[in-house]
Amino acid sequence: MRGKTKEINWLSRQSIQHKLMKLFIYICLTVGGIIICIPFWWMISTSLKVPGREFVFPPEWIPNPIYWRNYIEGWARTGLDFNRWLGNTVFITGFSMIGTIISVSLVAYGFARLRFPGRDMLFILCLITMMIPQQVTIVPIFILFRWMGWLDTFKPLIIPHYFAAGPIGAFFIFLMRQFYLTIPAELTDAAIIDGCGAFGVFSRIMFPLSKPAVGIMAVFSFMFHWNDFINPLIYLYSYEKYTLALGLRFFQGMVYIRWAQLMAVSLLILLPCVVLFFVAQKYYIQGIVITGVKG
Amino acid sequence: MMAKVSKRLRREALAGYLFISPWLLGFSIFSAGAIGASAVISFTEWRLFTPAEFIGLTNYRSLFREPLFWQSLKVTCIYMVTVPLHLVVGLVIALMLNAKIRLMSFFRTLYFLPSVISGVAVALLWVWVFDSTFGIFNVILMEIGIQGPKWLGDKRWVLPALIIMGLWGLGGPMLIYLAGLQAIPTVFYEAATIDGATRWQKFRYITIPGISPVLFFNLIMGIINTFQVFTTVYIMTGGGPNNASLFYVLYIYKTAFKWLRMGYASALAWILFGIILTLVFMVFRFSKYWVYYGGAK
Repeated sequence: MRGKTKEINWLSRQSIQHKLMKLFIYICLTVGGIIICIPFWWMISTSLKVPGREFVFPPEWIPNPIYWRNYIEGWARTGLDFNRWLGNTVFITGFSMIGTIISVSLVAYGFARLRFPGRDMLFILCLITMMIPQQVTIVPIFILFRWMGWLDTFKPLIIPHYFAAGPIGAFFIFLMRQFYLTIPAELTDAAIIDGCGAFGVFSRIMFPLSKPAVGIMAVFSFMFHWNDFINPLIYLYSYEKYTLALGLRFFQGMVYIRWAQLMAVSLLILLPCVVLFFVAQKYYIQGIVITGVKG
Repeated sequence: MMAKVSKRLRREALAGYLFISPWLLGFSIFSAGAIGASAVISFTEWRLFTPAEFIGLTNYRSLFREPLFWQSLKVTCIYMVTVPLHLVVGLVIALMLNAKIRLMSFFRTLYFLPSVISGVAVALLWVWVFDSTFGIFNVILMEIGIQGPKWLGDKRWVLPALIIMGLWGLGGPMLIYLAGLQAIPTVFYEAATIDGATRWQKFRYITIPGISPVLFFNLIMGIINTFQVFTTVYIMTGGGPNNASLFYVLYIYKTAFKWLRMGYASALAWILFGIILTLVFMVFRFSKYWVYYGGAK
């Protein structure tokens, strides 16, 4: 009898403690969340200020009046050719993504499902390339492309991705291989008995089954190419060949920076990434989790 | 029979090589080949528009006497404080986000959102956030009654500013922690509760070993990422003021593509490669003392 009351007391104390803990977590998360939101809010609110009003002191948290036209004027009326740069960025991103998906799927299938001498050694080499910073190879690759006459063209930004090159290529190969390994062997064995060759197994069974992993790869590679800065910076020189990331810098070079328009255009450029994140959140998070936990 | 089997194996091997051939080619040119070439170039004096000249180890020797080299190394090393900072703060946030309470998926998305966006647009946003007069950071500080520094324009405050900015984007490691936390079987905690373990004991003896592989992964990636900082500093400070934010990679970039010293830049890149390899090797070496893999591995 006595033991029982004691236990009830202990439980209720535990539950009060539990509730306090929850409250504490809520408060911390909310404060952190507000801090995280401030730069976003600052960006949006600046983008809606009448040009010039961003230099009012003290700054307005909520712009008054709200000026939507920054989005149009910043994009199209500053003398900067954002439409063309958008076209270039879409072109480079699109063709790089296609190259990555084709080459990485093939290579990862080879590593995951086919037996050949030296396979494990080569795969380890592939993993090691994931750790080599791009900057170590940047000079020789630049010299190679210069020698080939590819400077100031899109080729250096696109073609390497058809060979699953560099740390990103290796990262994607790893990701896809992990996925292929989870597809049961029975599925492919049946096809092999029916006389299907390695390529048939790949194109008819493995590739169609790997849509989720291809989705992850597509999302990551889109984000990478869309935001890439150092490669376009090194290889593109003509104004009309610039990407959005390169072109956005011109705002900085102006006599005084038009922050309202700059923030509006920046938001437009970031928008595809944010939308993609919300649309493909599942893929995106899975991709990060696979590399971190199963690696 | 034997002949048939070996023929099939040979065909499979051939198919295997064919499948990985794009990578083999890409690896030999853009990774192995480029690394080799970089080593050779590092022994030359090559100003891009004049022929390369073999000068042996001179680049490496003069590099250690170059103040800018030491400066860039110093800057990068100071910035390395973000590695433990991200490890700890990321873990604390992940632990909170792992609690079973309402609105959790909202909070997770919110905390992760900054790491989704990157590049020039984000760097420019932070230039505006840190603006000494109209930037939101100093405005908030003023509300509290502190006169904020000039951040990006002050050589003492430029690195702290970049470190603060880095904290905003720690969603990546946080998410990986979260996945690691969720992979720990709840049975462990239940058993410990029955045995009367305290909250701290559970954390110390279940959570920490449970997420140690993930911690290890985040540590390695953190080290590698620290040495990759480029876009943000290029846009935000250009390495200034007075080289106070001259990160190592920015120094390599300037040497190669501004001053066109290809040989010297390659030597710098090799030193970087050496430093990263040493650090990663050390972490791997010591990992066996604190990283626990489950029985299955």
